[in-house]
Amino acid sequence: MTTVTPTMFTPAPPANESKPQEHSEIKIRTEDLSFYYGSFKALHEITLEILERRITALIGPSGCGKSTFLRALNRISETIRNTHIEGRITLDDADILKMDVTALRRRVGMVFQRPNPFPKSIFDNVAYGVRVNGLGDRGSLKEIVERSLHRAALWDEVKDKLHHSALELSGGQQQRLCIARALAIDPEVLLLDEPCSALDPIATAKIEDLLFNLKDQCTIVIVTHNMQQAARVADFTGFFLMGRLIEFDRTEVMFKKPSKKETEDYITGRFG
Amino acid sequence: MRHFAVELEELNQAILEMGALVESSIHCSVQALVDRDERMARRVIEDEVRINQMELDIDARVTRLLALNQPVAGDLRLLIIALKINTDLERMGDLAVNIAERAISLSKAPAVKPLIDTPRMASLVEDMLHRSLDAFVKRDAVLAAKVLPADDEVDSLRDRIYSELLELMQNSPNVVPHAIHLMFVARNLERIADHTTNIAEDVIFLVRGVDVRHHATEQKF
Repeated sequence: MTTVTPTMFTPAPPANESKPQEHSEIKIRTEDLSFYYGSFKALHEITLEILERRITALIGPSGCGKSTFLRALNRISETIRNTHIEGRITLDDADILKMDVTALRRRVGMVFQRPNPFPKSIFDNVAYGVRVNGLGDRGSLKEIVERSLHRAALWDEVKDKLHHSALELSGGQQQRLCIARALAIDPEVLLLDEPCSALDPIATAKIEDLLFNLKDQCTIVIVTHNMQQAARVADFTGFFLMGRLIEFDRTEVMFKKPSKKETEDYITGRFG
Repeated sequence: MRHFAVELEELNQAILEMGALVESSIHCSVQALVDRDERMARRVIEDEVRINQMELDIDARVTRLLALNQPVAGDLRLLIIALKINTDLERMGDLAVNIAERAISLSKAPAVKPLIDTPRMASLVEDMLHRSLDAFVKRDAVLAAKVLPADDEVDSLRDRIYSELLELMQNSPNVVPHAIHLMFVARNLERIADHTTNIAEDVIFLVRGVDVRHHATEQKF
């Protein structure tokens, strides 16, 4: 069984470390989570706690299971045939495998690697989730769209062309639009699967700033191949390797003095 | 091996090369003092130019490696301490030069006393530096931690030399210029020991990732 506990739950960090973390509740917990594609076991008994209103980054080489893990958290993985899950995932202590999946995804939103705006207007993209969930009347819909675009740091760039096609936007803007679309239904958790891998450094910096601003309001889990990105944005970092969680700790500890050799080898580029 | 790893190894070697030269300068400066050997003292003064050049070279290497590789974990700790060890070694080189200059002045006048504690202090300091650099090579925090207590021994030898020289000066004021040189030699050796302690503490940080300076982290080794 892979049980990894961040040091903040054990002794307080030494006085010369960064300021101690204030108390935070556990938002998502996985217990002995295993995931199978057919007979292939892609995740091996992952036990991990994700804290509320913190950014947690998942890193690891391709095929290590980090995206599979992320997708299990809002059960997007169920859409792939011939897969099954063992173990438990809880959201605020409730078993997500027993929840209504639409209700779950309303609470746990997802942004993918490549921006995937719908071929609709900017406004309709953001309003989409609100409409299908029957959450806003016409009056409040405009407010929700504006607020979501503000939260996604896109409002100033699109406020004069809300009815233009979303496909006219640049890649970085499209990605922020997808984040705005996810935020429109006020999710408690936002899952991001390599959200910046198709973006240039300026667009990447905008998304990272946005994540910082969002973490007051929601819990963020981000899968990234870019270790500097994990180091910059995340409060906690988990390192996956071959379907196992090798190490999970405060990001500063992971990048200053990881305790596992595999982690050190990976983050310093000596892997393999 | 990745290019970055090769460059880190070259940096490692550059530090050791500088360490060996500084070690030799310290040894020769005290030997020149004991043997009243002006030529040896002049060689120490000449070597300072090389030590300074090595300092510039190591700083430039580290700056480039930091700028181009965004190092983390052990690599980051190595680059941080490389900068610090570099500064400590260069300062030790300066102190050795100061001892060599005093050795030249002293060689021109008759000796006022046999030198016993000064060479003893010097060999203790040389041993500390040698063990610190050895700990750096072996990445051995335990070895590094064992260097630290020797600093107290050096301090007490310095105190002994001070009181001996003070007594000498009180009894025969004509030896004051000579004795002042010897006091500064003891002071310089004590400063070298302090820099050596810094290196040992840096090695502990490199290996363990904990800062033991000024008792910042109480840690058993």
